[in-house]
Amino acid sequence: MASAGPALTRVAREEGGRLLALLTDRLGDLELAHDCLQEAYATAAARWPADGIPRDAAAWIYVVARNRGVDRLRRDAASRRRMQAQSRVLETGVAHDAPSEGGVSPELIDDSDDAGDERLRLMLLCCHPALSRDAQVALTLRLAGGLTTEEIAASLLIPEPTVQQRVVRAKRKIRAAGIPLAIPADLDARAEILATVLGFIFNEGYLAHATDAGALTRAELADQAISLTAAAADALPDHPELAGLLALELFHRSRDAARVDSHGRLVRLGDQDRARWDRVMIARGFAILGRALAARQLGPWQVQALIAAEHTRDETDWARIVRYYDMLLSMTPGPIVALSRAIAVAEVEGAEPALAEVERIPGLEHYHLWHAALGDLRERCGDRGAARDAWARAAELARNPAEAAFARERGERLRRSM
Amino acid sequence: MKYMLLIVSDPTIESPEPGDAGFEEYMSAWSQYTQDLVDAGAYVSGEALQDAGTATTVRHAAGSTTVVDGPFAELKEHLGGYYLIDVDTLDAALDWARRLPVGEGAIEVRPVFPTDGY
Repeated sequence: MASAGPALTRVAREEGGRLLALLTDRLGDLELAHDCLQEAYATAAARWPADGIPRDAAAWIYVVARNRGVDRLRRDAASRRRMQAQSRVLETGVAHDAPSEGGVSPELIDDSDDAGDERLRLMLLCCHPALSRDAQVALTLRLAGGLTTEEIAASLLIPEPTVQQRVVRAKRKIRAAGIPLAIPADLDARAEILATVLGFIFNEGYLAHATDAGALTRAELADQAISLTAAAADALPDHPELAGLLALELFHRSRDAARVDSHGRLVRLGDQDRARWDRVMIARGFAILGRALAARQLGPWQVQALIAAEHTRDETDWARIVRYYDMLLSMTPGPIVALSRAIAVAEVEGAEPALAEVERIPGLEHYHLWHAALGDLRERCGDRGAARDAWARAAELARNPAEAAFARERGERLRRSM
Repeated sequence: MKYMLLIVSDPTIESPEPGDAGFEEYMSAWSQYTQDLVDAGAYVSGEALQDAGTATTVRHAAGSTTVVDGPFAELKEHLGGYYLIDVDTLDAALDWARRLPVGEGAIEVRPVFPTDGY
């Protein structure tokens, strides 16, 4: 008896978004479609171990879910409102065929060319500006990514009821406020939100990866972000920022094995063992970034990818990185970008001008990396006492245990040598 | 479905009065907007309200009512008017809200509770 678990998880993650979009079109209601899809997964979990996994598992799930949905609509037809709203589904008289091996439904065949489009519409719906950022993130993972609320909770380090509530509220708003499952007229703006949401998901998975108890699930989160970004970049080839984000994610992920030493400590970029970088992933990143840049619509994600790309070279050209940060600052001004620029300046002009630049950046008093930069640059300028204070503050403020440990150790080393 | 566009603005930002320069232009932008709604088959109703200084609030609490001078909440911005429109999706409603000829202010877009079938 085969376990249906892995096959089901794969269908949910890779095909779930497309199935949900198709079902929503068919049934006219996202919430109903989502409920039916969940029920179909449950049916599969119960039946596949005995019956075997169908050859076209996604089609099987689709047919079961659609039949359930049509059944429910028929049952609810007693309620006049529902019947009116959904009459087009009933009128089309969906054939109630039992799913069978190879029983691919016509919708799936007809729409095979638009598979990317289905998933894209769903991702764009999840990123509708009428939803809060938290809701956009949870919905994108739940509906487009096919993750369970339990998986989302574990990977974002928030309680499961919170995730559930966000998803339920967002689905309610989509229905009550009439948010459409459609390619929006303001596609540029929506694609930008989508990139922000996917970038956030990737960061959540990547930054904390290998440094906390949920390391494994968080690594999966980063991979999930890469898979969703790849799908979005594919479906929106005219939006090179999505490709830029994808390249950025690949460059970061390629360094994964080298980021943490055998004791679980964070290894700084300059000290990493480059032999452990994933060269295939880096090459893929360069290819994707090259195509994105060819479109000549430079944006902040592409510039960040250029910076990450520069860091994968054997000899980092810091002057070039400073220029990239200047471009980034002109596109998205902000203290964090200014801080990154100042750190690059240290490599070009030396620690003193960089320190002056870091000290001038306002509004980062509660940001651990600002204090870490102060600590590092003051140390390099010979002001060891002030450096120690800055590292202590950085350790206090760091949320990530590996980053806190790193700051403590730097402070400690200074104290011992004083 | 129906959406209410609640037009909220800061009353200290003055709009032109009859006789002021630019008044005609100001008014024609609004009547054009209303006409566009009508032409699109989206118009249900719409009114401008007199300023919040003319508001009176009747508050129900603990089984009795009190009448108080002023709007229901002391906010910097006040409800200045509304449109009730009928369009297919929130995106269409947001688009109409974007097109409102308000110089400064906010438009709260709220779906109206559906009444058919209940």
